[in-house]
Amino acid sequence: MIDVKGLKKAFGDHVVLKDITEHIYPGEKVVVIGPSGSGKSTFLRCLNLLETPTAGTITFKGTDITDPKSDINKYRQKMGMVFQHFNLFPHMTIMKNLTLAPTKLLKKSKAEAEEKAMELLGRVGLADRAGSYPNQLSGGQKQRVAIVRALCMEPEVMLFDEPTSALDPEMVGEVLDVMKQLANDGMTMVVVTHEMGFAKEVGDRVLFMEDGIIMEQNTPTEFFDHPQTERAQSFLAKVL
Amino acid sequence: MNVDLLYETLSQIPLEDLNFWQSLFTKFYRAWFLEDRWLKYFEGLLTTIEVTVIALIIGVVLGVLVAMARVAHDQRRPGTHNPVLSAINFVCKIYVTVIRGTPMMVQLMIMGFVIFASSRNFTLVGALGLGINSGAYVSEIIRGGLMSLDPGQSEAGRSLGLSYIQTMRFIVIPQAFKAILPSLGNEFIVLLKDTSLISVIAGKEIVYAARSIGAKTYEYMFPYVITAIMYLILVMIFSWLQSILERRLRESDRR
Repeated sequence: MIDVKGLKKAFGDHVVLKDITEHIYPGEKVVVIGPSGSGKSTFLRCLNLLETPTAGTITFKGTDITDPKSDINKYRQKMGMVFQHFNLFPHMTIMKNLTLAPTKLLKKSKAEAEEKAMELLGRVGLADRAGSYPNQLSGGQKQRVAIVRALCMEPEVMLFDEPTSALDPEMVGEVLDVMKQLANDGMTMVVVTHEMGFAKEVGDRVLFMEDGIIMEQNTPTEFFDHPQTERAQSFLAKVL
Repeated sequence: MNVDLLYETLSQIPLEDLNFWQSLFTKFYRAWFLEDRWLKYFEGLLTTIEVTVIALIIGVVLGVLVAMARVAHDQRRPGTHNPVLSAINFVCKIYVTVIRGTPMMVQLMIMGFVIFASSRNFTLVGALGLGINSGAYVSEIIRGGLMSLDPGQSEAGRSLGLSYIQTMRFIVIPQAFKAILPSLGNEFIVLLKDTSLISVIAGKEIVYAARSIGAKTYEYMFPYVITAIMYLILVMIFSWLQSILERRLRESDRR
């Protein structure tokens, strides 16, 4: 579904990603882990071109989206993204946050978009907060709304950039539950996270990144029980 | 008691023989009532408001355009180079540097006595000069507002598939506007008061009216005090309108 070939990314002289080649299959749940500064967030942000790759190609369903001639806005509609800091629009109500993009981009009527938004909000247990503003919500609620906002565009892939890292510990569970539910519905997901439990339970494949490359990848069971590289072993020893 | 009659009586007596209140009254009568001079202040006030509005429109339009061009240049995709955008950015930078680096009054005198030396429409020339001046400051205020917003906001917009323009229009600008409103209000108050400077190029606003009345009566206290009060009232009305707008925009801050 997403094919990454020879991806390189440098910020000035600082090389963050060194030659990454990877493929993400439809319906797959890929979990990206690794120490901070290893380039996992940058890798994720390159997938929908929030970061412009220095070299390499990214192909989404057969189209090279790194080609300057391709309309990136079209492909981003199909790739939902959830951020560490939620990035809800604070000047709009929750309902407006959810319906802005569908009404502007999918040419849905306000009523259609609101109906869809209400249905999804109901599924994450926040139907009663539609008229609130983001600042009136807790962190966990904000992140659930942020997930719904991405889902309202009916994406084919969901990218999660450390979705629980900015949350109070007691709120992590509610967000992970929504993500598990989404995984069970068959969504293709790429998740950068430090939640090893989630990686084990939901992931089909774990990518271990270190120093700008994918150092090791395996099924979660194999990876967590028998890490191959010394770096992965010492990383897991520290986080588990 | 009829003020005109009182003035008639008092004006027969030499000024030195009047007591304090009587002389104050005479001076005020000459500065305000005599020959319907109060009309002059209000004509001046009208010009002041007219100049402010024209300058405000020019300033905001220029400011928005300059700020947009400069922010678009600063936020373009790294590695890409757009010669047109770079040229526009360069011109904008020169404009801001020159306007901010030279005194307002010098700019007005250059506008009035050099560039538009042949024009008789001093008021419009003044408004143009003020607008061009204000645009430089407004552009920096807007640029500050756009740059201060969390980049995550526009990233969130773009990640949903909204275009750069749509993200600006629906997400960045509404939030930036709220953030810059106090500084923008401040700039407008400065602009309103700076309209008094166009009297140096013979723009017929309040100060011009006050000065010509003073020149006739040889008595400047009341004309200038009246001028000061008029500005004060205008600014207070404006501040009040601004606070209403700010309160409205704060709705989303409720917790």
